[in-house]
Amino acid sequence: MTSVTTTSQGQERHYLNAGYSIRSWLLTTDHKRIAILYLLTITFFFFVGGAMATLFRLELLTPAADLVSADTYNRLFSMHGVIMVWFFLVPAIPATLGNFLVPLMVGASDMAFPRLNLASWYIFLLGGLFTLTMMIVGGVDTGWTFYTPYSTAFSNSAVILAIVGVFIAGFSSIFTGINIIVTVHKLRAPGLTWFRLPLFIWANYATSVIMVLATPILAITLVLVAVERLLGIGIFDPALGGDPLLFQHLFWFYSHPAVYIMILPGMGVVSEMIAAFARRPVFGYKFVALSSVAIAVVGFLVWGHHMFVSGQSIYAGMVFSFLSFLVAIPSAIKVFNWTASLHGGSIALDTPMLYALGFIGLFTMGGLTGLYLASLAVDVHVHDTYFIVAHFHYIMVGGMVMAYIGGLHYWWPKFTGRLYPEWWGRISAILIFFGFNLTFFPQFILGYQGMPRRYHVYAPEFQVLNVMSTAGASILAVGYIFPIFYLLWSLRRGERAGPNPWRATGLEWQTASPPPPHNFERQPVVSGQPYDYDAVATEESLRDE
Amino acid sequence: MENIPLLPDQASTFAADVDLLFFALLGISGLITAGVVTAIVIFIVRYRRGSDAPRGAAPINTLKLEAVWIIIPFVLSMGIYVWAASLYFQMFRPPDDALEISVVGQQWMWKFQHPEGQREINELHVPVGRPVKLLLISQDVIHSFYVPAFRIKQDALPGQYTTVWFEATRPGEYHLFCAEYCGTDHAKMVGTVIALDPAGYQQWLAEQDGGPSVASAGEQLFLDLGCQSCHRPPGAAAEGQRRAPSLVGLFGTSVTLASGETVTADEGYIRRSILNPQAQIVAGFRPIMPTYEGQVSEEDLTALIGYIRSLENGNSENE
Amino acid sequence: MNERPAALGHPYDDLEQQRDAATMGMWLFLATEVLFFGALFVGYTVYRIAYPQGFSEASRHLDATLGAVNTGLLLTSSFFMALAVWAAGRRRRRLVLLFLLLTMFLGLGFLGIKGFEWYQEFRQNLVPLPGLTFEAGGDFPQQSELFFNFYFIMTGLHAVHLLIGVLLVGFFAVLVWRRTRIGEAFIMQLELLGLYWHFVDVVWIFLFPLLYLLGGT
Repeated sequence: MTSVTTTSQGQERHYLNAGYSIRSWLLTTDHKRIAILYLLTITFFFFVGGAMATLFRLELLTPAADLVSADTYNRLFSMHGVIMVWFFLVPAIPATLGNFLVPLMVGASDMAFPRLNLASWYIFLLGGLFTLTMMIVGGVDTGWTFYTPYSTAFSNSAVILAIVGVFIAGFSSIFTGINIIVTVHKLRAPGLTWFRLPLFIWANYATSVIMVLATPILAITLVLVAVERLLGIGIFDPALGGDPLLFQHLFWFYSHPAVYIMILPGMGVVSEMIAAFARRPVFGYKFVALSSVAIAVVGFLVWGHHMFVSGQSIYAGMVFSFLSFLVAIPSAIKVFNWTASLHGGSIALDTPMLYALGFIGLFTMGGLTGLYLASLAVDVHVHDTYFIVAHFHYIMVGGMVMAYIGGLHYWWPKFTGRLYPEWWGRISAILIFFGFNLTFFPQFILGYQGMPRRYHVYAPEFQVLNVMSTAGASILAVGYIFPIFYLLWSLRRGERAGPNPWRATGLEWQTASPPPPHNFERQPVVSGQPYDYDAVATEESLRDE
Repeated sequence: MENIPLLPDQASTFAADVDLLFFALLGISGLITAGVVTAIVIFIVRYRRGSDAPRGAAPINTLKLEAVWIIIPFVLSMGIYVWAASLYFQMFRPPDDALEISVVGQQWMWKFQHPEGQREINELHVPVGRPVKLLLISQDVIHSFYVPAFRIKQDALPGQYTTVWFEATRPGEYHLFCAEYCGTDHAKMVGTVIALDPAGYQQWLAEQDGGPSVASAGEQLFLDLGCQSCHRPPGAAAEGQRRAPSLVGLFGTSVTLASGETVTADEGYIRRSILNPQAQIVAGFRPIMPTYEGQVSEEDLTALIGYIRSLENGNSENE
Repeated sequence: MNERPAALGHPYDDLEQQRDAATMGMWLFLATEVLFFGALFVGYTVYRIAYPQGFSEASRHLDATLGAVNTGLLLTSSFFMALAVWAAGRRRRRLVLLFLLLTMFLGLGFLGIKGFEWYQEFRQNLVPLPGLTFEAGGDFPQQSELFFNFYFIMTGLHAVHLLIGVLLVGFFAVLVWRRTRIGEAFIMQLELLGLYWHFVDVVWIFLFPLLYLLGGT
């Protein structure tokens, strides 16, 4: 064990001042530094993907083609999807917040396999470089779904580079998943039983199981697409004896669970923030914890609901529809329990809480519109229209991104040792909430009116709603840019946070902010229930007297 | 039924049914959202930090409450499931007397052919009040046939037939969209469905320079390709001397294959038998038929299928 | 505070915990491998059901005898791999080296025979690559081609896995040869390598009947 706790300048030694050289960052095996590396990388990709969205939202201001050509438009939305899904949403919470917090929350000094963890970032970076190369040579125009035979036989864009990028990035999420699972199983602090784990851990654990079990299917499917495209040998192309529906089955077998890879960790973040700012234990803790596992399991059985009008048998459609209704139940459990957790609390509307409450509202809408899509006859009408675009953005952006940014604010003091400026935080949270709704709510109506997705030009009657949506997107963009400035500002000027600025429970708050290189000066021991805010209150009132 | 603002036209028998289900969902989800949001707002106001509301655990039985909000959504969603599934089932079971129109999708246009031979591109004329069944196929990538006013959508796959049906209820012109992304001009793979009253439809048919009907075009192809030399109609040779099964009255029946399986002789079966004859040999025949892959276009296949359909028992035209 | 054993790495408290974690990590990795191959098995099965005649026709082109010999080689190699792990646990350095070398040579033998089979298939125009003619003969040329697409992808992917295994076994053999003592860390790593080797073996146990035997006679 290291006994050095101060640097030569007499400051407390922590993971940030443990070394300043580039080498100390690029060769680090400290999960906290790797989390920072991931944070920088995915923030970069978030803004790249966001810039593309800005461009095509501008194009959609008018029904005609005026800003970009049809080809450019197709490439923009395809790359927006590829980048946002695989280079932002999938890694966002597990690889940044998860990487940083999982060892802290279970009372471990690092991830189970620190070098694998670093390798996963390099693999991610390599995948990202392929994706950037793909963009530079002209981009990909298949949509993020790579449907065959368009992707294998017809597209004239950089499909192979895109596939290689996603394929490589897939291994980084497999490695992150393996690391989180083993860390949670094997490195928990003494006394930290499964049902004393924070819900963030449960959510990331369930996510990791999906990452480990679903990603390989995507990997091999993409290999087959690449083989068919490069060598012209038949796998999925009907002209060569193949079956394009087989591709869709394999693709969605990964990509539906991938939706849960994106949203489950967000649910974990929200559980933490609700408890901390309502100062109440999460209501129905076991139900919330186990519902994550239920979502992970049932989530593997519903992929066919992306294919109700694809020509798969209608009986298969009925089975998948039934299972899709079932998977809604655990999500409903979570929403009701979060709401109930507010009862009898002592609620403060700090920035993270604003994000958490925004998440509940938007996720509820996203989840409920999922039921419309699970309803076979309604899905026939709204499938591949703006309705579904709105639906998954409510889940992905309204849910996952809100939780992610909220979590970033909540744990910012732990990451950096400084507090972010509260008022700026609230302003941008509110801007994002309203901008988001103005962007995506009109798209529900557009979709039900029948506007198909991925349309570069559209019928004039759809224009009013499209203008609203673009207006909302510009507000949303401002909301996303604000935090960049005030968070950077807070690095030097922010108020010093101290170990536990929110007076929250959880092991991560029992060590210094920022934490020392090996997280805890002394091995923590857990003896009580999670989220025991009643005990915190009693203790504080005793101290005050 | 009058049009509701913000909804597309209701112009098929399905439209009102789908909208009703949609409104039921809207009601349920609206209630749930309102409930959750109201509860959150009340709790935030009542339990804001510093308020003098009583704190601490509410006297609630957690298990009972959890059971309530598991069982109620479950029952509701099962109700919706059954409703939606039965409507879906109808949407994909065309009635037997439907007018059959063949649809070929290709980058980036829709091609239609009516039974009497009339062809159209990106425009489809259909009669009101009569079920219309579409037989869809694609020549290249996956497309999707979508008419919002009819609330129907079905992918058109390369190499494999799919079907969908509708019955228009109001004369008018309606959007037709390609809903599955298919490349550069996906957004321009659009057209118009023109629903006419039955007399108008007949008149429109008559005005078109239809050429031969689908069945008679198919018959000509059948002769040109030499199919009749083996698939001779009955009477020409005794059963035992045939080299190939008779096609009269075949359509829609079930066929026993050499492998022992039974398949229904539908469009897909006939298509496969022309393009890949060895795959499904009829019991009692030798695998001698050559493939016609590459020699017949999608339209030719539609014509041949139309001809074979028309060969009903006791009505064999080639006697 | 006790001296930390040399084999104990960060972030573990004791060797047993480290060993448990490493084993679990390896199993999870193998689970991803199972799914990786699993998707191929699913694809193959779907087409096999859709095109039974073409697939059995194509399957008859394969040399089931060579396939069976290869199965024998791999099974025997797995046996020696297990013996190597056993010998390592007893610190029998020479035995470990012997068993590792045997494992490696059997693996190389498998790859040699597999390569010879591929060469034969190349000679018979059964390789569906651009620039080569594909002539499976028979009534279902397109279906046969689909079979061979899967055959080459699946056996190729398996061979890549085996090649990685052979290289690792060779590397471990060099380690044993150059070291005088077998340490805790080495035993643990050898166990993990053993798991991997058995996994590659098991994949072949599925591939062999699926590709070679289900064609009928």
